[in-house]
Amino acid sequence: MSSSLLFNITTFAYLISMVVFFAFLASKNKAVGLAGSLTAFAGFAIQTVAILLRWKESYDMGRGHAPLSNLYESVVFFAWTIVLIFGILDIKYKYRVIGAFVVPFALLGMAWAQLGLDSGIQPLVPALQSNWLLYHVITCFLGYAAFAVACGISIMYLIKVRQEESEGTSPAGGIIATFPSSKILDDLNYKAIMVGFPLLTIGIITGAAWANYAWGTYWSWDPKETWSLIVWFVYAAFLHARITRGWVGKKAAVLSIVGFASTIFCYLGVNLFLSGLHSYGGGG
Amino acid sequence: MTTNKSFATSLWDFFCSLKLSIFLLIALAVTSIIGTVIPQGPPPPEYLQTISETKFLVYQKLGFFDMYHSWWFIALLYLLTLNLIACSIKRLPRVWKIISEPTLVMDSGLERSLTCTRQFKMAGDAATNRDRMVAFLKAEFTEPVVTETDGEFHLFAQKGAYSRFGVYVVHSSIIIIFIGAILGSLFGYKAFVSIVEGTGTSTAYNTRTEQPIDLGFTIKCEDFSVSYYDTGAPKEFKSILTIIDNGKPVIERRPTIVNSPLSYKGITFYQSSYGPAGDPIFYLSVRKRAGGEPVKITARQGERVSLPTGGFVRVMDYAPEVRSAMPQFSGPAARLEIVPPAGAPQYALVLKDYPDFDAQRGGDLIFAYEGVDEKQYTGLQVAKDPGVLVVWTGCTLMVVGIFIAFFLSHRRIWIRVSKGEVTIGGTANRNQPAFQLRFDALADKLKQQ
Repeated sequence: MSSSLLFNITTFAYLISMVVFFAFLASKNKAVGLAGSLTAFAGFAIQTVAILLRWKESYDMGRGHAPLSNLYESVVFFAWTIVLIFGILDIKYKYRVIGAFVVPFALLGMAWAQLGLDSGIQPLVPALQSNWLLYHVITCFLGYAAFAVACGISIMYLIKVRQEESEGTSPAGGIIATFPSSKILDDLNYKAIMVGFPLLTIGIITGAAWANYAWGTYWSWDPKETWSLIVWFVYAAFLHARITRGWVGKKAAVLSIVGFASTIFCYLGVNLFLSGLHSYGGGG
Repeated sequence: MTTNKSFATSLWDFFCSLKLSIFLLIALAVTSIIGTVIPQGPPPPEYLQTISETKFLVYQKLGFFDMYHSWWFIALLYLLTLNLIACSIKRLPRVWKIISEPTLVMDSGLERSLTCTRQFKMAGDAATNRDRMVAFLKAEFTEPVVTETDGEFHLFAQKGAYSRFGVYVVHSSIIIIFIGAILGSLFGYKAFVSIVEGTGTSTAYNTRTEQPIDLGFTIKCEDFSVSYYDTGAPKEFKSILTIIDNGKPVIERRPTIVNSPLSYKGITFYQSSYGPAGDPIFYLSVRKRAGGEPVKITARQGERVSLPTGGFVRVMDYAPEVRSAMPQFSGPAARLEIVPPAGAPQYALVLKDYPDFDAQRGGDLIFAYEGVDEKQYTGLQVAKDPGVLVVWTGCTLMVVGIFIAFFLSHRRIWIRVSKGEVTIGGTANRNQPAFQLRFDALADKLKQQ
């Protein structure tokens, strides 16, 4: 049993989960929704084993390090954190339908990693040989994942609000009617960001602490650093928008989507289009 | 006078407004993008070729080549700081009043404004019920304050009142981080030293201004080495450093690698780069295929060294690790040019770990590579930043403040005990749904009293 086989099974599980969630949207059958969640959780369990196995495999090869060191590994971990945050929300609040908008993000990540990225286990370059790698990457990606979930919820919110506003003129849409009310979606969006924002803050701080330990500068306006700060600014604006009249609801949802778009740019765009210290995106 | 006052008031309101905060945060987010697209620092010539001259002049005027230190970016940061301070000054007294002068009595107006309220019939006189309720709150929530009005008793208890300060902790943490950053830029520096193996220096060069900085002690590089993975990728860059202060070695032969810096007297040295210092000296040996003792040869790179059989040999180039080019071999390698007394020159590859490798070339002379004596220099980043502890204090406060502000809440419970009746009401300043659950559980318990 190799980790790469398990990662393929994981990808497949997320694919099935997404299809089942879409079927849930169409059928509104609760059993189907439960099946969607259970498939996602099964995929998550397999992926957890796969990540640990890959960690062990790296030690067997004499290149031992946590599987968080290159683009392939980070995309896989990102998918894992997205399902983790979704699972917590699902178990706590039981709004299954969110899965249809969140699991696709995880599937997209896994599919890209398995099909398009180099999955070889590379030895760690000197710059990454530090325990800070673990703290920095884990906190950042948990934050990113919470923002991914918030983005999925915000998209649902905007769809739901449109339907609620036009209610009366057109019959209630079948699928959209299964969404939680816009008030609940707005609250869930806020809750997801309330989880993501402290994690991103810790992620930026651990990154700064590491940079200071490795180079003697905690902040050097490197594009990656700057973009993480841009993401932080956007969500800080979101948090303040929530308590300002005229900025609640739609504008907050749009800010949440803009926030996730900047998150994705910070994570991938910076490596693909700009140059800097976080060079793992150069080609994996 | 009135216009003056209203101007001051409107200016104050402007700085206190949340809309200004949102605007500044978004403005900072958007403008920060510029510096990630336009290279920062002195623009390299390759970049200048890609933009027109007018564009260059506009960028330069606007400070885009060092935008995070440009006047307008700094001004935005100052505005944000002012906004933070103004907001806090405006709101803090109100928050303090809520905490220090709590509403002790739940009158009908307050009762109507609360989302969580319940009413029970309770037999017995008010004073006995009051004592029961006090004991109840003390056991289930926290000790209440009792007020008596018109024969009714009012109990008030609160928890987590100070969580209301969480957001101000976050705001002040930002200011503390700024102070740390300013301290670092005023009293600290970033510099660089290059030290050849076996030598020392007491002067570093400022990275920005290139001015010399006296360290006040001597740092010596005893040795520098690079180790490699079996893939040929570098595994570790290591300098063995000694620090000599007042003629005495205070730190001796401390290995310094990437991610493990050396600190002395507030100055920290980080392994950053390395390179060759001066010409390397190669050690080769040559023997005749026909037999006989090998002869040792010492050569500098490119130097023609005469061979005992006539002609000469020259080291063309070399590599410390051959694996990336020849996966089936490993270790150091050199390429030689062998020019016989007559005929065309020949080329040979010699591998240090495979002394017989050159035999397969089939020449009359068989060369072996015994090693290279190559002096290297180590490049160390030097940093002194007295503001760094202040920055970490700010960061810690920020995380603590965010957790307080997001996950703790100020919960308040009122109980009114009147004749034959008990009314309980409660509120939380955040996470109302979770509070509602706890309130319901509390009220259910009260019912059983």
